[in-house]
Amino acid sequence: MLKRPHYIALGLVGLLTLVLLNLPHHAASQIKLAIGSLFIPGFGVSKSAKQLLGSAGDTLVSRSELLRQNEQYRQLNQELQIRAMQADALQRENDQFRQLLGTEKQFPWRLKLASVIARDPANWWHFVQIDAGSRDGIRPDMPVMTSAGLVGRVSAVGLTSSQVVLIGSQECKVAALVDNKTGDNGVITPTSNPVDKLDNTLVTMSFLSSNSSLKPGQRVITWGEGNIFPKGILIGEIVEDPHQAELGYSEARVKLAANLGALEEVWVVMR
Amino acid sequence: MNWLNSILVLLVAFIAVFFEATSNTPRHLLGAQIDLLPALMVYASLSSGLFTITALAIFGGLCFDSLSANPLGITILPLFVIGYLIYLRRGLILREQLFAQLVLGLVASAVVPGLILLLLSITRQMPALGFEFVWQWLVMAVGGAVLTPVCFRLFDGLNHALAYRPAVETSFRLDRQIKRGRK
Repeated sequence: MLKRPHYIALGLVGLLTLVLLNLPHHAASQIKLAIGSLFIPGFGVSKSAKQLLGSAGDTLVSRSELLRQNEQYRQLNQELQIRAMQADALQRENDQFRQLLGTEKQFPWRLKLASVIARDPANWWHFVQIDAGSRDGIRPDMPVMTSAGLVGRVSAVGLTSSQVVLIGSQECKVAALVDNKTGDNGVITPTSNPVDKLDNTLVTMSFLSSNSSLKPGQRVITWGEGNIFPKGILIGEIVEDPHQAELGYSEARVKLAANLGALEEVWVVMR
Repeated sequence: MNWLNSILVLLVAFIAVFFEATSNTPRHLLGAQIDLLPALMVYASLSSGLFTITALAIFGGLCFDSLSANPLGITILPLFVIGYLIYLRRGLILREQLFAQLVLGLVASAVVPGLILLLLSITRQMPALGFEFVWQWLVMAVGGAVLTPVCFRLFDGLNHALAYRPAVETSFRLDRQIKRGRK
């Protein structure tokens, strides 16, 4: 026979679980953000400690090595400035052609740099937290990328931090376009092969036309359909010839360009 | 009830969740993150009362879910179930034995994620899982088993260092002193 405290504990836990699981999505998100904010000072300390360790490591680099790196970056900077000039000229030309054709003008991406402060502690979700929130202008569904390629999209926004769902998870499907002559398109989904799930750099490009002409090595970029991801962000590259899937479609494996396992800084594409 | 022990357990739970979210080393080395809360629950259920077990399940579960994409509150019940079952049988468990700690840690660390996934499937929010989850589950179970004795040592040390220990009274009394020899 159980004693009274046992009934109280069992009732409390059961009731609390039921209430929390049946909360409206918005209320549950607000409570999550409130509890999550308890960790914000810790995230700050963790970030500062990493920076301190990084700067301590920098003091060990020799002066000659720093001068060599400085020269290298100076050259790279000049090269990028020239490319930016060229890109500006091409943009102007493109805008003029678009005006003549009467099509919509394209605007350059506005980017916001953010640091990855935490990963989902549960192994079955593919989410990360970044240190930019609504006060920095972040809104749900904004695309997130690195210089290597697409990372995912913002799924929830707090005042000072946001949650990002990573590409390759069930919650982040992306309309994608293959950079080839036929412009084959499909949807990036989690890999359908259970063995491939061991490698988190592989995803599947599904809903490809059965007569698509994909070849390994071809680049896959965002298509721009769906109004979440702007057209042209690199996703990865095809790693095998497409194979037949259900409903007459075919699918192919894609190796992601961004290394999702080692994310430290990401860019949020502001719209 | 030992308040200091309860506070220490909750504090360690908070720090454990923080490290699970920020430390990437186990993911890089083992391909999975180790969950410390089941190991902590084994310690709490063998060393503390029902209040600490309930508080750890609620506080630890809420902290874990707040940093995760899990629905809020889904981790509370699995943590409590494992802690409560061990608590009911604590009289039969040799808590000081390393083997007992390892086995309980292994079972708790394997059962808790299983129960969470069961609840996720009941609430129709089941994530897509592949073969990699078998490995992750193994890492979580073995990692939790290894960390359970560490939890016991850590808390024994903390309690030894911080908890109040009553002074041992001597049996010597002046009025009961036996005096030998003649006056």
